[in-house]
Amino acid sequence: MSERLSVRKTYKLFIGGAFPRSESGRSYVVTSAKGEFLANASKASRKDARDAVSAARKAFPGWSGATAYNRGQVIYRVAEMLESRRAQFTAEIVAADGVSGKKAGELVDAAVDRLVWYAGWSDKIGAIRGSANPVAGPYFNLSSTEPTGVVAVVAPPSGPLLGLISVIAPVIVTGNTCVVVASERAPLPSITLAEVLATSDLPGGVVNVLTGNAEEIAPWLAGHMDVNGIDLTGATPELAQSCEELAAENLKRVLRPEAGPIDWLADPGTERMTAFLETKTVWHPIGV
Amino acid sequence: MFEYAPAPESRDVVDIKPSYGLFVNGEFVDGSGTAFKTINPASEEKLAEIAAASAADVDLAVQAARKAFTTWSAMPGAERAKYLFRIARIIQERSRELAVLESLDNGKPIRESRDVDLPLVAAHFFYYAGWADKLEYAGYGTRPIGVAGQVIPWNFPLLMLAWKIAPALACGNTVVLKPAETTPLTALLFAEICQQADLPPGVVNIVTGAGETGAAVVNHPDVDKVAFTGSTEVGRLIARSVAGTGKKVTLELGGKAANIVYEDAALDQAVEGIVNGIFFNQGHVCCAGSRLLVQESIAAELLDSLKRRLGTLRLGDPLDKNTDIGAINSAAQLAKIRELSDAGEQEGAERWSPACAIPDRGFWFPPTVFTGVAQSHRIAREEIFGPVLSVLTFRTPGEAVEKANNTPFGLSAGVWTEKASLMLWTADRLRAGVVWSNTFNRFDPASPFGGYKESGYGREGGRHGLEAYLAGSAPRESR
Repeated sequence: MSERLSVRKTYKLFIGGAFPRSESGRSYVVTSAKGEFLANASKASRKDARDAVSAARKAFPGWSGATAYNRGQVIYRVAEMLESRRAQFTAEIVAADGVSGKKAGELVDAAVDRLVWYAGWSDKIGAIRGSANPVAGPYFNLSSTEPTGVVAVVAPPSGPLLGLISVIAPVIVTGNTCVVVASERAPLPSITLAEVLATSDLPGGVVNVLTGNAEEIAPWLAGHMDVNGIDLTGATPELAQSCEELAAENLKRVLRPEAGPIDWLADPGTERMTAFLETKTVWHPIGV
Repeated sequence: MFEYAPAPESRDVVDIKPSYGLFVNGEFVDGSGTAFKTINPASEEKLAEIAAASAADVDLAVQAARKAFTTWSAMPGAERAKYLFRIARIIQERSRELAVLESLDNGKPIRESRDVDLPLVAAHFFYYAGWADKLEYAGYGTRPIGVAGQVIPWNFPLLMLAWKIAPALACGNTVVLKPAETTPLTALLFAEICQQADLPPGVVNIVTGAGETGAAVVNHPDVDKVAFTGSTEVGRLIARSVAGTGKKVTLELGGKAANIVYEDAALDQAVEGIVNGIFFNQGHVCCAGSRLLVQESIAAELLDSLKRRLGTLRLGDPLDKNTDIGAINSAAQLAKIRELSDAGEQEGAERWSPACAIPDRGFWFPPTVFTGVAQSHRIAREEIFGPVLSVLTFRTPGEAVEKANNTPFGLSAGVWTEKASLMLWTADRLRAGVVWSNTFNRFDPASPFGGYKESGYGREGGRHGLEAYLAGSAPRESR
């Protein structure tokens, strides 16, 4: 009796809650850390990037207008869904990074915990970053945080799951929507993550995932006039500089890459959230 | 309108020198660029000859700031605070002198420089003085960044200086500041105040000059932090030039604020707010309420009241205490206001100004209202930076918000309604950094100020204003 032939998965993009192929029809070969064929991933084009921005823009009013409590619940739900796929992600990380099953499992656990951590921030970041301001006059004066808008994220090439979660979660928990350029070398966990997102009550378009070549796609996003911010964590210094120059055109908020390697297991702090938060100050006179 | 006898403030309180040097390392020094003159825009008379800083002069200023940084950043916060308190006190002591000088150099009415600018300048130094020894409670870490290169505009010369210098010094940074070339005088008087306060040499350096000098400050490799207030166009250039350098940047840029008046608003108060919103400081205000969005049902009545009120505004001598509308700051700015206003007429909007005598000399523009403005008109999209109001109408709150947000800018906005839930609903949806409801153009050192979108990034004022001058608590550097 012959061994059953497995049914392989087609890895596509994740745009507006759907899984389209690249409109360019392009794909590229993804291999394991050992060099074995894993899959043909979609190679996103400029058009895909623009479609993803449209989807993110469309999702922004709903997601930013949802209550912070609701956003926290949804992100917690993502953690639940991720936990239930622990075995699948562990296997994908082993294949992609060549780490041991034990190490890969720990990275998945850390990713789940990271999501839970960020989920709790949804209704607290405003409390620590907002303020009631004691102005010298009879005025009510309140500063509160608001999301920046549509944020492009160049995900780190390493840490295909934990690194990815660590750049997506802080952007969306505050109400931004995003377009993520996944790790070119290890894109498969990002698409599996998209399947998790698609089944987590996260509205379509809040997170859009593009696989392909960051050098090709990121500049389109950096120069896109309907993108409000860009996280260049996964960009090389050269790509980061050219993207920052393009981002100047509509004064995007830019989160620059770190100088050295990032320890994704360390306490992330709040700066990935505050990089894409605006402060709005409302005045009103006080009187009878 | 009642006739008033002129009531000019005396010029004698201020002694303007025939020429001024740069302020570097605690001393006034010659500049190696070609000196330029600063004039009184209300009379076109020359006020003084000003040194221009070349790139080499800027380099000396940055070196002085770098040297001073070592001791200034290591000084206990409580001691830095005392210097800032001293400066605040001297500003109060010399506030009449500074106010007159500001009005002479800038053209703004003495009523505004005396009652708005100067009190806010002193308050800003007091406010940030108090933070200098309390940084560990603010939540942005306590490490200063280093040398701050600061470039400021001509519309609120001394106030913008205060917004830049006070938080920078409180956090332990040293500064090289370039005032606008048309309004350098109060910054140079401030340099004298630093001397009177015995501020250590090099902590504050003032380099005068035009755009080239500003570029030399921004692009100097030993400047760690750039702070700019001015046009979005220059802001873009700066954002591009710092790419890949690791310099932290804050930008406070242009605006095209919507001032929304709902049909249930208190109309007389709204009219005062509209006037204050666009005619304060001749409309030379980045957060000016330059687009009036009025609900259709009350548009005719509101416009009648507004026009009546504009008929009582007095345009003329900035030093006259009765003056409401002073001079336009420069010939170049006047040309820009004229060009955009002409475009408004050509594109089909209807232009109106009250009968208003214009002085023979100097740069003047009457308060102007455009009605029948469409969203596509240049006067509804571009920042005019002058006393020109564009009036649009709306029917529903949803339409008001849609139109208000239909701009690449996002600095400020106004809402007028007696209904609190509608006010908060609207404020929630406006993509702007400052929302004034049932008021306009209020400023306070405790209140963060800054924009969304192409109005720039970073906040000035309040606890938030410290963030721009601290290196952050986490290892990551972000801006």
